[in-house]
Amino acid sequence: MLSYLARRLLGIVPILLVVALLVFAFVHMRPGDPARLVAGADASEADVQAVRAQLGLDQPLWLQYAIYVGNLLTGDLGMSLKARRPVIAEIGERFMPTFWLTLLSMGWATLAGLVIGVASAVRRGRWQDYVGMVGAVSGIAMPSFWLGLLLIDLFAVRLGWLPSNGYGTAAHYVLPSLTLGVGVAAVMARFTRSAVIDIAREDYVRTARAKGVFERMVIWKHVMRNALIPIITMVGLQFGYLLGGSIIVETVFGWPGMGRLLIDSVSYRDYPVIQAEILIFSLEFIVINLIVDVLYAFVNPEVRFQ
Amino acid sequence: MSAADLVAGDIRTPWSEFWRKFRKQKAALVSAAFLVLLTLAAILAPLIAPFDPAAPDYEHVLEAPTRLHWAGTDEFGRDIFSRILHGAGISLSVGLASVTIGSLIGVTLGLLAGFFGGWVDRIAMRLCDVLLAFPGIVLAIGIVAALGPGVTNVVWAVAIFSIPVFARLARGSTLTLKQAVYVDAARTIGVRDGVLMMRHILPGALPAAIVYFSMRFGTSILTAAGLSFIGLGAQPPTPEWGAMLSAGRSYIGVADHVTFYPGAAIFLTVLAFNLMGDGLRDALDPKLR
Repeated sequence: MLSYLARRLLGIVPILLVVALLVFAFVHMRPGDPARLVAGADASEADVQAVRAQLGLDQPLWLQYAIYVGNLLTGDLGMSLKARRPVIAEIGERFMPTFWLTLLSMGWATLAGLVIGVASAVRRGRWQDYVGMVGAVSGIAMPSFWLGLLLIDLFAVRLGWLPSNGYGTAAHYVLPSLTLGVGVAAVMARFTRSAVIDIAREDYVRTARAKGVFERMVIWKHVMRNALIPIITMVGLQFGYLLGGSIIVETVFGWPGMGRLLIDSVSYRDYPVIQAEILIFSLEFIVINLIVDVLYAFVNPEVRFQ
Repeated sequence: MSAADLVAGDIRTPWSEFWRKFRKQKAALVSAAFLVLLTLAAILAPLIAPFDPAAPDYEHVLEAPTRLHWAGTDEFGRDIFSRILHGAGISLSVGLASVTIGSLIGVTLGLLAGFFGGWVDRIAMRLCDVLLAFPGIVLAIGIVAALGPGVTNVVWAVAIFSIPVFARLARGSTLTLKQAVYVDAARTIGVRDGVLMMRHILPGALPAAIVYFSMRFGTSILTAAGLSFIGLGAQPPTPEWGAMLSAGRSYIGVADHVTFYPGAAIFLTVLAFNLMGDGLRDALDPKLR
């Protein structure tokens, strides 16, 4: 197990380096001179030259990349052009609101997806299955920004039960996390249903039934335990979807998180912040996938020895 | 029944076989019909739309749906139904262009990787790993941030994050088909690599790619509309569905129809593509899930 863990940890290093390279290249890919952008539109040529030297933009590209990676390793993500302070401080304030929103959404969505999926599989072909799957198919096709606006309209404007905007109390979490989680709950429900149906066909399940094990016991002990293996993988994949989805949901609900910061930075062309944001989003995604793979290896010993 | 009918009925071309199975999928059939209608409506929009989608009418601002304005009017008094009809063309072309580009590059990459193996395979798959290391929309936002907002750049952004999905799929099919006896036989009689790939392996890898094409179409439309909603895609006054939703946000509780109908249009279109994909999967490749 330890050697598997070490191998996987080493495996993400090259991916991280390439991701950093892409994010680095991103500044050089876009039209326009980054030094002029920092110096301002009406700066003199001498000022632009000074900024270029100060930012190290007159160095060869490979050296700039090496310096960039070196800075990343020490936690130096550059200065925000808009806020005029370190990017790390900007992002530090925004990280936790997004983290809690994502975690809460993932939690309820996974639970709801599992329950709906198992219920649909057990009652296959009956009305429970039908209702569950129509709900799931609709949930997958639902644009989160539309759902968010519909929920605001109903619960905030018409009924006045919940706040439509902002951050701070538990009530603020309800609508955004509902909006963010629906797609994941829908995917999980569909996936769980087919995983349970697949496993229920296995010989050992038939044997368990044949020897008179109670149906509830068959489902929870024999079927669910084995269905959990593919489901864990799916949870990891869905996390990426959720991280991306949070960007749009934060825009709808005015949530002071990473997603809002990213959108604000794009419209302000605050490139150091955009770079850092993209880097952190993909780092989060890579780490989550790593955790999922390790969990997977933990429940399924075959993987470890490949 | 004549003898000729009997013979004709017995001949099973791949197409008739597909149609026989696809016909049984009621939801997929209804979805396909809806998409055909939507495509026609999008093409004919300039002719059939009751109003000019860009013409303001300040005497009828934010009006609820009436017999004249089926989906009401927006903050400039423009007819929302006409704007949705015109917007259909934008959403469908963005979806079509991005998935076509993504699938062409992806399938080519996967085919080469699976066929040649070795370093080609390693490079192609590492490239996919890197693309998959970004959550889809984050990659798209990064690309749009670098290239600038607008519909064309959204197409590229969405195309690029579709590449790894198609590449992995095509690589998997190629690895299996490469081992097939008929491919071996063709290779033995001296068929060149290019012909082997294009004529003997690609057709076998296509059904799975077609299923994904339909599914990704929905995802692409959703992503493109999402990018427009956050202001990175189509810019107002373009009658793009996501941009319309974004512009109508301020009128929630005052004039709900401004956001309701464009949102419903996105939802139904994406739903139709997904349901059609499900039907295609069951008809073409029951092994996929």
